[in-house]
Amino acid sequence: MSPLAAGDPSLVMSVSEQVLFWTVGPIVVIAASALLFAKRAVVTACSVMVTMVGLAFLYVGLEAPFLGVVQVVVYTGAIMMLFVFVLMLVGVDISDSFIETIRGQRWLSLLLALGLAAVLGGAVWRASFSGVAGLAQASGGNNPGAVAELLFSDYAFTLEVTGCLLVIAAIGAVVLTHRVRLTAKVTQADRARRRVRDGLHLTPPPAPGNYARHNAADVPALDASGQVIEDSVPEVLRMRGQVHSLHGLAQDLVPGDVPPDEEVKP
Amino acid sequence: MTMTDTLIAAGALNVSPAASPAASVMWLVIAVPLASAAVLLLAGRRSDKWGHILGVAAPTVSFLIAAWGLFDLLSRPANDRIQDFDLAWWLTNGIDLDFGLRVDQLSLTFVLLVTFVGTLIHVYSVAYMGHDPDRRRFFAYLNFFVAAMLLLVLANSYLVLFVGWEGVGLASYLLIGFWNQRIEYAVAAKKAFIANRIGDVGLLLAMMIMFSEFGTLRFGDVFAAIAGVASWDPGHATVICTSIGLALLLAACGKSAQFPLQSWLGDAMAGPTPVSALIHAATMVTAGVYLVVRSGPIFEQTPVARLVVLIVGAVTLLFGAIVGCAKDDMKKALAASTMSQIGYMMLAAGLGPVGAIFAIMHLVTHGFFKAGLFLGAGSVMHAMKDQVDMRRFGRLDKFMRLTWLTFMMGWLAILGVPPFAGFFSKDKIIEQAFVPPPDALWQAWVFGAVALLGAGLTAFYMSRLFFMVFHGQARWTDDQHPHESPPLMTGPMIVLAVGSVSLGLILTLAGFDDYLAPALVQAHHGEPVLNAYLIMALTFVLVLAGAGIAWLKFGRASAVVPELPPAADGLVRAARADLYQDEFNHYALVVPGQTLVAVTTKTDDAVVDGAVRGLAWVFQGLGGLLARIQTGFVRSYAAAMLAGAILLMAIVLAVWI
Amino acid sequence: MTVSAYLLLASVLFVIGTATVLLRRNSIIVFMGIELMLNAANLAFLAFSRMWGNLDGQLAAFFVMVVAAAEVVVGLAIIVSLFRTRRTVSVDDENLMRH
Repeated sequence: MSPLAAGDPSLVMSVSEQVLFWTVGPIVVIAASALLFAKRAVVTACSVMVTMVGLAFLYVGLEAPFLGVVQVVVYTGAIMMLFVFVLMLVGVDISDSFIETIRGQRWLSLLLALGLAAVLGGAVWRASFSGVAGLAQASGGNNPGAVAELLFSDYAFTLEVTGCLLVIAAIGAVVLTHRVRLTAKVTQADRARRRVRDGLHLTPPPAPGNYARHNAADVPALDASGQVIEDSVPEVLRMRGQVHSLHGLAQDLVPGDVPPDEEVKP
Repeated sequence: MTMTDTLIAAGALNVSPAASPAASVMWLVIAVPLASAAVLLLAGRRSDKWGHILGVAAPTVSFLIAAWGLFDLLSRPANDRIQDFDLAWWLTNGIDLDFGLRVDQLSLTFVLLVTFVGTLIHVYSVAYMGHDPDRRRFFAYLNFFVAAMLLLVLANSYLVLFVGWEGVGLASYLLIGFWNQRIEYAVAAKKAFIANRIGDVGLLLAMMIMFSEFGTLRFGDVFAAIAGVASWDPGHATVICTSIGLALLLAACGKSAQFPLQSWLGDAMAGPTPVSALIHAATMVTAGVYLVVRSGPIFEQTPVARLVVLIVGAVTLLFGAIVGCAKDDMKKALAASTMSQIGYMMLAAGLGPVGAIFAIMHLVTHGFFKAGLFLGAGSVMHAMKDQVDMRRFGRLDKFMRLTWLTFMMGWLAILGVPPFAGFFSKDKIIEQAFVPPPDALWQAWVFGAVALLGAGLTAFYMSRLFFMVFHGQARWTDDQHPHESPPLMTGPMIVLAVGSVSLGLILTLAGFDDYLAPALVQAHHGEPVLNAYLIMALTFVLVLAGAGIAWLKFGRASAVVPELPPAADGLVRAARADLYQDEFNHYALVVPGQTLVAVTTKTDDAVVDGAVRGLAWVFQGLGGLLARIQTGFVRSYAAAMLAGAILLMAIVLAVWI
Repeated sequence: MTVSAYLLLASVLFVIGTATVLLRRNSIIVFMGIELMLNAANLAFLAFSRMWGNLDGQLAAFFVMVVAAAEVVVGLAIIVSLFRTRRTVSVDDENLMRH
């Protein structure tokens, strides 16, 4: 309780800041707790995204607008997306069961978490803080500029090293996910040969022809005799039974209604 | 001789008093056989052709030097015959352990006996071991034995005596187990050596007590110190003298096969017969008697030890006699006889200085006739294809005349029939046994009676042996052609037979007791409780009775001797089994020893090793428990790391804040 | 109160992240917990930066973000390659380093 006893006014949050803190704070905590309590992995990913965005708000409130934006761009936009991609790769629907398989782990974790909370909280409790100076002077009105100035002068070396680190990380990712090809790569020629061998349709599927009235994907093409070509509609649509019937599109092209020779018009 | 002068000039050889030339070369009698043994062993197979000749020559040379020494000694006045030589050896201040020789009447007697009988047996061995490919090695060992025995008797201190003592023990082991291809012979050699070793503990104890009390081991100095024992504190004097005496007696028992260390002598007959004749009849087994007699001044001061000597001698006397009555193995019967006769010698030695003289005399005559008997037994074995079972002999007198005659001489000598050698020595012992010590009349009756009884039993079993072998009906196994032995064998037997006949008379007439007396403690003659002639007559009657019974049972032409040992009562069975000496040793010594070893081993294994193993088990258990932390689950490890991190943080914060 | 409020919030987020690492079995969720911990640290940095009145804290948070990005890249690559071989993303299935 020492901070308040010092009576330093700068240590008290302004009203607006308080509002920001007390709204975003709980949201962040609740979203973070989804990490512990949500069953499905996708849900946790989305909750963590919410946490990140909330934290970005807090950063801005802490007079660090540049970092707030970077937080959204990098963390939420890149890192969490990566997580989601991997989740999709692994299986979007996966969910953990909450049955704990290691004996005593739950109690131990609870104990340790409380212990950690106690230590950290105790440290914060017992610390005495000097007055909050604020970043008005240091930023000089241009927070990104001030950060950039510092970055490229005092921390230039760290910057370069971090750059190397990123390069290495990229290389590492490529190396780790590299799959050695066990079979030969199937080339175009192989595919063509296989098609010939298997007696499949060799040419590309037919597009809408001369007498087409519509070029939508679900409208089938007609052959020379006016029959519907089934293959011209993508298989997915065919499976789903979403092939558009020709009624209402070209009555004069409905099969069976066209006299063979008289319909030819200039 | 120049070497001796050089050594004296250099101060290394210390002679006191002025040495005679013969005495100063007495070390050669030891050196020559020793060198011969070394040559024969080192030269190896190359010397097989001439090895036996060198082997015979060595003790002959020793005998000649000894004979010269005797003449020289006799030429000196009677009170000036003890000569000591020292070779400075342990040149440190305050420790008196010089190596030296003593030439006096007692040692010369032994030297002559050993070399003379030894030479004869060496000659005999040339023919007896003629077919053995290892004959050269045999002679090497025999020569080594002669050298060691002579060192023993020529020693002027207990330390040098001990060197010779061990040497003869080693020689005995090597010779008993000479044909060590047979396991039982090697085991017999080991048994002899171990029994000897137990005796050696006694000798070592005695030497240690002497050294700590007197600071010297030399005979002259020890006896001089003992003579002054009257000025000591009486309790202390008794304890010291009695313990030295008993320790020396233990040593003598081991070497001379006296009760309770007598079990090895019967088994020692596994060696070749010349070995039995030389070592286990004439010389090595008498080393114990020599030790007791030489240590006379010590025993003189301790009546308790003397009484124990007497008891040991008497018990062994009867023990050997009883066992000898039931043995069918010729050599084992002779071994039992040796044991018994040495019991006589021990008895005599325990009677005091006068008895000691007769002990030595009996020792000398016994050497002759027992060696002769053994050589005769060897001759019989040679004729009967190395058999020893007397039940399969009989009627050999017709076929082996010379052997029969020489054997008869030895037999009559051991019986103590006048005028043969044994009569002069053994009767004197029996008479002396009836002389009571100043304050114990019962001793005269007890030991005298035992000696008499022993004489009768000796007569019985020796006659049994003689008649079973040479008389009665022929009970041979098939395919036997007994024949007389070659001259190289019969020659020594004849010489020994002559000695058996005449030596006793010669020694008595030449005044052996007066000759020997100055070397021992001065003594007074006591009077026996019975008339001397009465004792003589009783002895004669008992001898006749024993021989007569044996004649009736075994010697007559009509006597029936079963070819297999017949069933008999308890005493005979016990005697056949050596009065259960091996069983006694086993249960009294071997079993406790083995139990102790087993207990120690188990304790070592369970307690000491168990402690180490237990410690290892504890740590293994701890490690196993700790290894359970390695579950493989990342989350467990994460929890552990977090716990550590929290702890560290708490500590840091507690210190700082 | 300003600083301590933000610090307490950061602590809470940090503890939640730790608990996630200890309690959840899905490795991707565990990874997200780690990201949460890093964010909590960022928050603390920024709170102190405002307190001291210089931008060093913001730069530190910046670098933390960069490194976290790199780390996510590599970490997810690892998870993907593990999935390809073992068809599982459970951390409990990776338990070969045991006694």
